[in-house]
Amino acid sequence: MNAPVPYDHEIELSNVLERCNAAARETAIPSQDELPEGFSGTLGHFPVYFPEEIAHAAGLLPVNILGGGNKLEMKHADARMGSFVCSICRSTTELGLNGTLQGMTGFVTHPICDAAKHLAGIWSRNLPDQLAQILYLPQNVNTPGAARYIAAEYQRLRADLEKKTGRAIDDEALRNSIRSYNANRRLLRELYRIRRDEPWKVSCTESYLLLRARTRMPCEEHNALLARALDAIRHRSLPAQDKPRVVFVGGFCEQPPLEMLEAIDETCYVVDDDILVGLRWLTADVPETGDPIWALAESYVERSDASPVQHDARKMKEDYLMDMLRKSKADAAILTAAKFCEPGLDEQLAWSKHLDAENIPYLVLEFEEKMTSFEQMSMQVETFAESLLFALA
Amino acid sequence: MSTATLQHPAPAAADDFDPRAEGQRLIKEWYAQLETANARNAAVANVFVMGNAVEILRAFDFELVFPEINSLQTGVRKASEEYIRLSEDYGMSPDVCSYVKADVGLILKENEHPAGRIPKASLAVASNMCGTFIKWAEIWERWLKTPTFVLDLPGQRAAGWQVRPGDAQHAADARWVEAQFQELIAQCERITGKRFDMDKLAEVEARVNKMVDHWNNVMALNRQCPAPFNAMLDGLTYIGIMNVHRGTEEGVEFMRRLEEHLKAKVGRGEGRVAEERFRLLFSGTPCYVSMRRLVELFETWGGVFAYSDYLTFAAGGMDATELRYDTSRPLESLAEVTALAAQRGLSNQFFAHERLAQQIKDYEVDGVVFHGIKSCRFVSSGMADTREFINKRLDVPTLYIESDLIDPRYWSDAQIKNRVDAFFEALHQRGGGAPLARKTVATA
Ligand code: SF4
Ligand code: SF4
Repeated sequence: MNAPVPYDHEIELSNVLERCNAAARETAIPSQDELPEGFSGTLGHFPVYFPEEIAHAAGLLPVNILGGGNKLEMKHADARMGSFVCSICRSTTELGLNGTLQGMTGFVTHPICDAAKHLAGIWSRNLPDQLAQILYLPQNVNTPGAARYIAAEYQRLRADLEKKTGRAIDDEALRNSIRSYNANRRLLRELYRIRRDEPWKVSCTESYLLLRARTRMPCEEHNALLARALDAIRHRSLPAQDKPRVVFVGGFCEQPPLEMLEAIDETCYVVDDDILVGLRWLTADVPETGDPIWALAESYVERSDASPVQHDARKMKEDYLMDMLRKSKADAAILTAAKFCEPGLDEQLAWSKHLDAENIPYLVLEFEEKMTSFEQMSMQVETFAESLLFALA
Repeated sequence: MSTATLQHPAPAAADDFDPRAEGQRLIKEWYAQLETANARNAAVANVFVMGNAVEILRAFDFELVFPEINSLQTGVRKASEEYIRLSEDYGMSPDVCSYVKADVGLILKENEHPAGRIPKASLAVASNMCGTFIKWAEIWERWLKTPTFVLDLPGQRAAGWQVRPGDAQHAADARWVEAQFQELIAQCERITGKRFDMDKLAEVEARVNKMVDHWNNVMALNRQCPAPFNAMLDGLTYIGIMNVHRGTEEGVEFMRRLEEHLKAKVGRGEGRVAEERFRLLFSGTPCYVSMRRLVELFETWGGVFAYSDYLTFAAGGMDATELRYDTSRPLESLAEVTALAAQRGLSNQFFAHERLAQQIKDYEVDGVVFHGIKSCRFVSSGMADTREFINKRLDVPTLYIESDLIDPRYWSDAQIKNRVDAFFEALHQRGGGAPLARKTVATA
């Protein structure tokens, strides 16, 4: 009889990460017969935030459309979107025009910036079968009535999805979805807690892959995956290294290439970040009782994160960066922005001026999802890390 | 987005109203008024041309600063490069909106503007019409500590989106806008120490109604052949006044006389170009440093811009006859009209093919000229795709040119001239352009 194979956390984690990595590299959406059980189609949505619970309850797999990465060949989009538009918008357009995203039931974009809003028009002109629209999430959540307005917008979306799928979305289905996503939010909060408290146990790249997997799988499957990963991470016994603690900001929409995150992980502990912040937008559980649409809308106003693409007078941008630095006990910041991303570039400058005034070290980097060469960036990060260690010694 | 007065020769007219000279006079007076605003302790508000709640601000006697107009005026006055370079030296990315950069240059020059000194604002009203407005206002909020109000205006959600006054969606959108107006009013009361006066709001609205009526008549006059004005050069003067003087007596008077003046021109059969051969539509924002040059290139071929969608969105979508304020319920009506106007303004960009299809029909144009601006993603991001649609699906010839709003470094005369010439050759080959062989397409 064979002896039982001892449970190896490292193998377990690498299996999970492999699954996540495969998901991250996937741009095609699942075809009708590949759809997970219980789903009848897919709803593509653009960063930053989208109330996935509503799609999930409609039996549509929410797929966060994150552009084409650095492997996509641009054949159509260059002629349809100027060279001055950020990569994620152009490669998303390419995926729409080259047929990769043709099978989606719908595609929803948001008023995070003007380039993103244009995707709805491009979709309606080129993929008229899909339910393409702009979900108007307000740029003023400070006026009483914002939650009511968002709730009305969510109800509209709910009705549109019902019409498109021919399937009613009842309140109980919505509450079920909220419960699954609440579990997800708790797991992600735990992942980020470990990043802050014991950053040697999980790198930024690993954390990113774990998070990103949710963009292409049902929430329940992602919960199971995260639970397995967190268990393995907690059991990891890696020694803490002599690396400076930094926060990474600017990855809220277009995705930094994996190689860029790996280069930073090499020499720094990234103890907090805003990468894919929309997937963690709601910072606390959404009420699981009462009117579920109201619960989601109210959470958007009262229990949500901050980002350069939303104006909220209660969340001054410098304050939340300082808060992030303080809570994660970071020594410095890496301020990035996607090339041609106007909100990102404006924010990056304001942040750097503020950190100058506060005497906090930082490194400014610009990236593009389609970048393929990282040598120079690695050197910059390494020099930065060394200077930090020297200063901290 | 923005508006201005540019210098161009006025066609010979029998009446004594010269829109260009009058427009320039009004703009000059407005700048002079601004120059003394801080010394007079007047309340000053920074506003954008789209989605700006000007009627409320006027009811509180705010002096209005339009930072977009300041920026474009640096272009018109050939000083923009200096301002832009200053901001880039400060750290602004070359890839952001050149209006923003010119304005940051203005801050760095301590508000010294070629048109005079710009006063410090006690309030900024930004809207989500263009995403950059918000980031721009955040610069003042952070740097100059200017209190800021962001007005969120719901836009068109999807293609074929029909919202009519009074239907459920419109009512919901208007309720949201009204709630925000209430907040803004409270903020204005705190800043000015004045109580909000509903009657005064109604008076401003009554004047805006008159302006909009005249404006619509003016626009309709250009459906005549020959078109009495060039929508992209004369139109800039008109829209400048529409914005800067929205709701003032001078504004009403300007629009009234403009209508009269253009009607007389039409009566005399006088067009903007001596021999109108091609009617065109300009889509996008102007290139203020070289607009006159661009229009000349078209006019030498007998091409006139009968309409420009700029005149829709830079008026914040306020250019439709159904958009009249009901002055017996000023605030509700303001919210209702604003919600509809914002949707028109926004759909003009994000679902541009629908609006353009209508405008092509209304002005019976032979071709569409798209002007892409690298640093303005609001007008430019979907432009090439819209062009493809107009070209292929509506079978309307199009031309795409690219430069900048006010950054002279992006203008290439030779390149643009070549493309314009090729466009007209193609129009000719389609058999269009017989001199004055067209019938009148509409009457005002
Ligand atoms: S990366 Fe920036 S510019 Fe591009 S869609 Fe996202 S927010 Fe907009
Ligand atoms: S991006 Fe375009 S619309 Fe927005 S402020 Fe700049 S010029 Fe105006």
